Amino acid sequence: MAEFGNPEVIEESVDILLIGGGMACCGTAFELPRWIEASGKDITVRLVDKAAMDRSGAVAQGLSAINTYIGPEQDPADYARMVSNDLMGITRDDLAYDLGRHVDESVHLFEEWGLPIWKLDENGERFDGSKGMTSLKDGGKPVRSGKWQIMINGESYKWIVAEAAKKALGIENISERVFIVKLINDKNDPSRIAGAVGFSTRDNKVIVYTAKAILLAAGGCVNIFRPRSVGEGTGRAWYPVWNAGSTYSMAAEAGAELTLMENRFVPTRFKDGYGPVGAWFLLFKSKATNAYGEAYMEKNKAMLDDYPPYGAAAVPASCLRNHLMLKEMKDGNGPIWMDTVTALANLRETLSPREVKHLEAEAWEDFLDMCVGQCGIWVGENIEPEKKNSELMPTEPYLLGSHSGCCGIWTSGPTDVGAPTTETEPGVPDHLPQGWNWGYRGMTTVNGLFTAGDGVGASGHKFSSGSHAEGRMCAKSMLKYVLDNADYKPELDTSVEDLVAAVIKPAKTFLEHKDYSTAIDVNPNYITPKMLQFRLQKIMDEYVAGVATYYNTNAEMMQVAGEKIDMLKEDAEKMRAKDLHELLRAWENYHRIITAEAHLKHIEFRQESRYPGFYYRTDKNFVDEENWHCFVNSIYDKKTQKFTCFKRAHVDLVDKSKLFK
Amino acid sequence: MPTFVRTEKCDGCKGQDRTACMYICPHDLMKLDKDGSDTGHAMKSYNQEPEQCWECYSCVKICPQNAIECRHYADVVPLGGSVQPLRGTDSIMWTIKFRNGTMKRFKFPIRTTAEGSIDPYAGKADADMAKIEDNGFFNHNEQNGYRAGDRSELINL
Repeated sequence: MAEFGNPEVIEESVDILLIGGGMACCGTAFELPRWIEASGKDITVRLVDKAAMDRSGAVAQGLSAINTYIGPEQDPADYARMVSNDLMGITRDDLAYDLGRHVDESVHLFEEWGLPIWKLDENGERFDGSKGMTSLKDGGKPVRSGKWQIMINGESYKWIVAEAAKKALGIENISERVFIVKLINDKNDPSRIAGAVGFSTRDNKVIVYTAKAILLAAGGCVNIFRPRSVGEGTGRAWYPVWNAGSTYSMAAEAGAELTLMENRFVPTRFKDGYGPVGAWFLLFKSKATNAYGEAYMEKNKAMLDDYPPYGAAAVPASCLRNHLMLKEMKDGNGPIWMDTVTALANLRETLSPREVKHLEAEAWEDFLDMCVGQCGIWVGENIEPEKKNSELMPTEPYLLGSHSGCCGIWTSGPTDVGAPTTETEPGVPDHLPQGWNWGYRGMTTVNGLFTAGDGVGASGHKFSSGSHAEGRMCAKSMLKYVLDNADYKPELDTSVEDLVAAVIKPAKTFLEHKDYSTAIDVNPNYITPKMLQFRLQKIMDEYVAGVATYYNTNAEMMQVAGEKIDMLKEDAEKMRAKDLHELLRAWENYHRIITAEAHLKHIEFRQESRYPGFYYRTDKNFVDEENWHCFVNSIYDKKTQKFTCFKRAHVDLVDKSKLFK
Repeated sequence: MPTFVRTEKCDGCKGQDRTACMYICPHDLMKLDKDGSDTGHAMKSYNQEPEQCWECYSCVKICPQNAIECRHYADVVPLGGSVQPLRGTDSIMWTIKFRNGTMKRFKFPIRTTAEGSIDPYAGKADADMAKIEDNGFFNHNEQNGYRAGDRSELINL
């Protein structure tokens, strides 16, 4: 009989394993069965999600906008330019362009499945998505809250997308509440993926999968930095608190090349609730000011000149907007306000009576669809946006590849957009591929290991819709890979016995030592996952440019952080798990440490401050276009447990000078 | 906040092994206290790690007894407000109560099709294996959403 610490062991062999249940894997789950059917082959697939697909991933709560919708009037090249500019010039145009030409196909499907999308009528009045107006597919006009964003009634966005995914793939091919903790390479070819191991968070079961191809799309990374709220509010992260860096850490340990792990996102959001500001800035035309009513984007405009050419773009990069705001905060001119009162008053003057009535509901829906916690702040503090302004605040840093961030895994791109096929920077380890399209679309530098969504580095701004589209692209290429490798039989490089022992080690540690002390949480033989997380957050916050230092760090601070993280990694071997829930936390926090270490090592390697407003190296406080207009990539050696960083050359595939005219 | 479960309303999903809130929570927070040893309330669920709660309201929305509410993060938010939804099949109703007693109600659409009605491949062409390496998806441009782009924009061809 299985019990905690002595699990039932299940071995399962599939052709294609999908790790994650968010937008990316939902896209794959929808696209893949159709191609398998066309192939006429008996290809087996399993999707594993640590949560329930109806409400898993970054879209679990819902969204009030789809942030990537190109529309018939814009060109994918414009989109690639925007992505590049917002991420300070260093992105993969091939990946962004490819996403830009595919993404609307997914958005139109969402509407077909039942997602309500706001529309404009012929008079330019806006209506919610339940009014049966012409669909986007048939030329309906969306409500643009920005150049790339469209408004939706998105409370059930994930629920709808998951329904299509589950039906397409078949519920019998989906395992919920299974958390994958390690990928496994092939015994005969370490450059190839062969499987993965995880456990059920509901039953005492460890599952060892062998697979020919794996899609790793398990989200970004939250809570590696000490959050601004440290009590109950710890949970009110801006990005979902359950995104634990599993994508980056598992890929790194499997030998996949990471890219731009120095990049982070520090969103400026409504203070404490972290409610979205996009609709307020773009749809409601609200302005942000310092304590004295001065608009800092205008007041501090000259500071943009310090960062040519990026500061000269019509829309400055997100980090530079933070940079101008932080100046006010550091000068003691806080609090920073979102002037909702003036914005709503102005709108009342220009809108129709029906629209005015609708306006208040729109403002509330923006939060209720995707960030109810912000409404909690408003009701608790008696804030009605037409009567009282709200504070803005830059958050603690987050690592992600799908929003306004671009860290992630180095991924093979399309072959028809002029991407380089050779590498001009010296120092790239010999075993790694040249160029940007060495293999199947969406594949990492490990054969058979694919990624999408937050996993794909160097190409931010894909958001929910783009992640879905990227998952669909992977479906095609993974099937092609499996068909091309029909004779390949994966063999795990580690015995099942050793894998199981590794997975349940925190449980064993607990069971062995729990009676040593009378207080279950204080015991010299183990560390709770929660305390380990606190230690990681303290190190990152105080030494690696968290909020404690106003996002400043330097080489000396990072040296100290590296020593502390080495010891933290040693202590991670002593993590305890008193139940399956804590075993989940233990492994999530292990993934956080590896991801945090990658972030540290990349910032240390890059001898400049590429993202002013997100982080500053005070010892290299400049953007150095001559020497550092390049990717910083890395590989992790799981034997020595060390990262090695190196440069890769950046090439523009679309003309960026158009941004600066 | 963290969400909390009203003792008098929760029925432990009628003695099933798992509750709806356990099923849905993206962060594995909700737990059924089968014998009451954790909370003193047998066969009722509770939020086992409130400081990890994203206030995503998944449990609040799914609870068949409307037994789950949210007391917003106490280390941040003054007491007394509440934001409570009632999620139906095509819309969601929100009742919003401010600390000072002000009340607001909103109703928003959530989907335009019946729940469970999606037929993912209905009316869609088969995939064509000859095109597996081409751009586009199995139903290429069936949705009128493929943006081929102006090739002259690509400067490195």
